[in-house]
Order: sequence, then structure tokens, then C-alpha cells
Amino acid sequence: MAQAKTQNEAKSAAKTQFGYRRHADQDRTGADVAEHPVIVVGAGPVGLSLAIDLAQRGHGVVLLDDADRIGEGSRAICFSKRSLEYWDRLGIGQRMVDKGVVWSVGKIFHGRSQLYQFNLLPEEGHKRPAFINLQQFYAEAYLVDRVGELPAIDLRWRNKVVGLERRNDYVALTVETPDGLYRMHAQHVIACDGARSSLRTMVGAEFSGQMFEDQFLIADVKMTAAFPTERWFWFDPPFHAGRSALLHKQPDDVWRIDLQLNRYADPAVEKQPENVRPRIARMLGHDKFEFEWISLYKFQCRRMDRFIHGQVIFAGDAAHQVSPFGARGANSGLEDAENLAWKLDRVLRKTSPATLLESYHVERSMAADENIRESTRSTDFMAPNSHQEARLRKAVLSLAKETEFGKRMVNAGRLSVPSIYDSPLSTIDADGWTGGPRPGASMPDAPLAGGSAECAFLTDAFIREGKRFTLLVFGNGAAVDVPNGLGLIRIGGEGGLSDPEGLAGIRYDAQPGTAYLLRPDGYVAARFRYPVRTALEQALSRARGLN
Amino acid sequence: MALSTSSNFPKPDEAFRAIVEAHRGLSDEQSADLDAALVLILANHIGDLDVLQEAIALARRRMIDASQQQQQQQ
Repeated sequence: MAQAKTQNEAKSAAKTQFGYRRHADQDRTGADVAEHPVIVVGAGPVGLSLAIDLAQRGHGVVLLDDADRIGEGSRAICFSKRSLEYWDRLGIGQRMVDKGVVWSVGKIFHGRSQLYQFNLLPEEGHKRPAFINLQQFYAEAYLVDRVGELPAIDLRWRNKVVGLERRNDYVALTVETPDGLYRMHAQHVIACDGARSSLRTMVGAEFSGQMFEDQFLIADVKMTAAFPTERWFWFDPPFHAGRSALLHKQPDDVWRIDLQLNRYADPAVEKQPENVRPRIARMLGHDKFEFEWISLYKFQCRRMDRFIHGQVIFAGDAAHQVSPFGARGANSGLEDAENLAWKLDRVLRKTSPATLLESYHVERSMAADENIRESTRSTDFMAPNSHQEARLRKAVLSLAKETEFGKRMVNAGRLSVPSIYDSPLSTIDADGWTGGPRPGASMPDAPLAGGSAECAFLTDAFIREGKRFTLLVFGNGAAVDVPNGLGLIRIGGEGGLSDPEGLAGIRYDAQPGTAYLLRPDGYVAARFRYPVRTALEQALSRARGLN
Repeated sequence: MALSTSSNFPKPDEAFRAIVEAHRGLSDEQSADLDAALVLILANHIGDLDVLQEAIALARRRMIDASQQQQQQQ
């Protein structure tokens, strides 16, 4: 099987098979049952990243996974700039970028002709590219390697949660292993167990939304080809008349191909390699390729009403599911992890009240709504629901050839960008601003100089300051009276880092004295033209959920 | 040229979506009826015959392009 071969190749570069090991917790019963502050369920990209983040913040984490190997197929392939910046904070970003295929340009075709192209990161001065493509199993393998460097994480393979009871201030889990069942208690359980989350069923939560009727054939093929590393999308291509197609490069000469099929296609028939081969050969103009993976999908967009059920918190696909056009699945799951980790850290340390966690639900469910809205619109545009919708789309595509407004209305996927939170943790601007990230937005990157070689970008400086609440101060303003325990990044002024190209100043709408209060996840909590101690402390309290 | 073909909506997807949703649940004939009314309402709002003539010319040119492309494909 081509598929088995790929997995073997991957294994040579990254470990994907793991053994079950009996844990001492399994011998503890009754009143002696093990108690843990945090149990994360599901060792996918979200669960692994969250566990690493919590461990780096000094917490012991038990991480359970029902399998003993990294999942097959490539599944997610596009990882966003924001995700890479998060993985930089987890110490694993560079390895992902080194292996991944960097891209920022997409092209849209209609029939035989190109309608337009877009560049998702047209400007210089960012440490990370707009996107990399990387098979999910590589991302997971690298994250597992990182977990191996952190003794605080106890990763248990073939540990399947089969029972969950919510008590007043803890959760009792029943876990099934090759050696039978055992029980554990946790102060917090984080469910990262995917779209078919069994923990979601165990807490009795609904998971409703829209199901799309059209089917999509997803094939990963291996071939050597000279196509550029761009995202190519076709409406009504000559090789697949009346439908849409997508071509995208992954590492190891693997190419992701999505072909829209009709809603009545028989999955069992359509996914047979002998039926897929002629379709792909028509698209590529040759049949010198091998299949790595073939599957047929129908997409759904849905989310849980609440991401928090007492001590059980849901993240990633377990909490929300989107169609894949826009790379909003894995990337939004990683944004969940970075949002949750620092809040859980503070609650576990009792430096913030448990109510701080509610802001995780507020911020990330808002983001989920946005992701669902965007991916629903894209999917509807690709697979119109009625004659009238097909006509409207046809009109847009034909107008796109010569009008800018037509181009802007063509929707072949709106790619993931970090959400801007309307958050109770943000302090509303009191000063005048003409640009820069507003409170609730994520910090833009910019090149810096004057620090160490490892500190060539603002995102590096943020990591060096400890991924905690950090004040970013510009220029020769009056010395800021910084509250205790805050990181400090100074740009300009005596002893500060310099802004060699002036990009940091522009991206933050900076004047002498301008200060941004950054949260531990790199989001802006507040900003000031003339920071004073009392205002800073108020903003800090608010961002920490203390008032 | 009096007609603006630059992108005027801050979020074009929302405008497209609003039109799509206006047609949801309508028969083909009802949709054509809705479109006709929409055209007249928007034309009146624009209130400029030169702009209207240019818009009509663009829409018709697009139809000719599309039919030529279809012939090529056949």
C-alpha cells in the first residue's frame, strides 16, 4: 500500500509509533485513587501543544490518548503564521518551518484562465511566513518529541477515557487500558479529543450546526512536479467540468488535491484508486504519481454552545468544527490552546479566580463563530445550493475578470487569521490611535536590532521576557513605573532595542512614550499614549480577571 | 468612466451573503422577480443614467465573453 509506505518513510524521520506502559496510578483504587491538577484528553496538535504550554508554565500534566500511534493520512496541512508563532513559544517552531513548505501566494482560476492571485503576507519584516504546509503527522511527531523533553508531562498511550463523573470541585475519570480499567481524579479535564469527542457525549453537550451536502474527494499524491509552492484553486476547470479543484504542495513531494464531487456520488465507489486515478491524471496531464491517501468527505460547521462544562473544558475540533477551506480547523484549535494555557496557569496558582476561565469561552466561542461564518460562506460559494446561487456565482466569476469588486467577491477560501476579541479582559482605548493592534488583537511582529542574535524580532523579545504579561514601550518617553512581575520590552531610547527599519513604530502606531500591555498569549490587553502606574495596574487587574 | 468597479464594501463577502440569503427558499421565478425589483431599486438609488448605461454594457459584455468561452470548450 502506498499509504503504509509513506507512514514508514515518516517513521524514519520522526517517531510515530509508541508503546503502552503501565502506570503506578493503575494500581490505586478507592480512597487512594490518583489526583491530578490537569488531565488533557487527546494527543493531537491541540492537546500536545496545550500540555507543553502548561508544563513550560510549571504544571504537571497527564496527557491521555486512546491510540498508540500518530494518526494516518495528512489531515490538516496548512499551519498559519499565528500557529508558528505559538510553536516558537513552545520551542518547536523552527523545526516545523524547516520541514514545512513555506507559502504565501494563492492563485484562482476560472475555466482555463487565471482570475487573479493574492499574497497573504505581502510585507517583509516578520519572523514567520503566512503559512507552511506540513503533514499533520509530522507536526504531531515533533510535538511528541518536545513532550519527551518535559518531565512534567506524563503522556500515556492506549489510555481511553470511558467514564466521566462531574463532582463539585473535581472530575472522576474511568480509563480503559490493555491492562483493564482504572480511575483518576482531576481538578481540570481538558477535552482535546477531536470532532467525534467522546467526552462531549459524556457531559451530554449538543454539537449542532450545518451539514453540507456536496462531497469532496481528498487525495494526497506523490510525484515530482515543477508547480510553484502556491495554493491553486479552480472553478469549473477543463479537467473537472462544472466543479472546483484545489492543488497544494506538502513536504516530501506530496501534493494535496481536493476535487468537489456531486452530492449523490457513492463514497465506496469514488474512493477506489482505479476510479480516482483517471480524475487526477486529467488534472495533472499525466499519471506518473502514487497515492498516499484517498478519502471522501462531507463537511460540517458546528460548535458546542458552551466550551466549559464545570471542570471539563473543550478545545479544538471537540468544541468546534469547520469545513477545511480556510485552514481554520487546526489553527483555531491551537489558538484555543494558547488562550487557555495561561488562564489555567493563573487559576491553578490561585493568582486569578476560576472565573477567568469564562473569558476562554467568551473569546474562543466568538472566534469559532467567526471561523464557522467564514468557512460556511466559502463552502456555499464553492457548492451553490440552488440555481439562483449558481447564477450569482457565475455572475461574480465573470465580473471578476475585469473588475476589482468581482475579484474581491470570489470566495475560494478565506484563510485563517487570528480573531480580534471583544473581551471583558480588554481595556478600551482612552487615547487617540490611527493604527496599531487594538486591545483584543494579537501582537504584530516586527524586526528589531540591538539585542542578542536570538532576539531579531519582536516575537523573539516576547519569548525572552518569559511569555508573561509584558509591557512594550516605545521611544524616549518618561521612564515608566512598571508594576512588579511584568516583562518589559523597550524599543528606542537609551539601552532599548532599536527599530532599524521603523516597522515596529509603524505597526504599533508608536509615538514617544507609547506603551502596549501584552497578555501571556501575545494579545493586546491595553495600550496607552502616556502610561501611568494606576492605569496600568487597572488594566492589568482587568486582564487577569481580578475585577 | 462614471461607473465604479473598485471594491466598495469593506467586507464584500457580507454583501454577497446578503444577496444569497435574500433568495433562500424562493423558486426560480420568484428569484427572477426579486432580482428585477432589486435592479430597479438600486438603479433609482444611483440616479445617474450614464452609470446605469455603463453597468448595463459591462453586464452584457460579460455575457458575450461567457458564451464565447463555452463555444471554445465545445
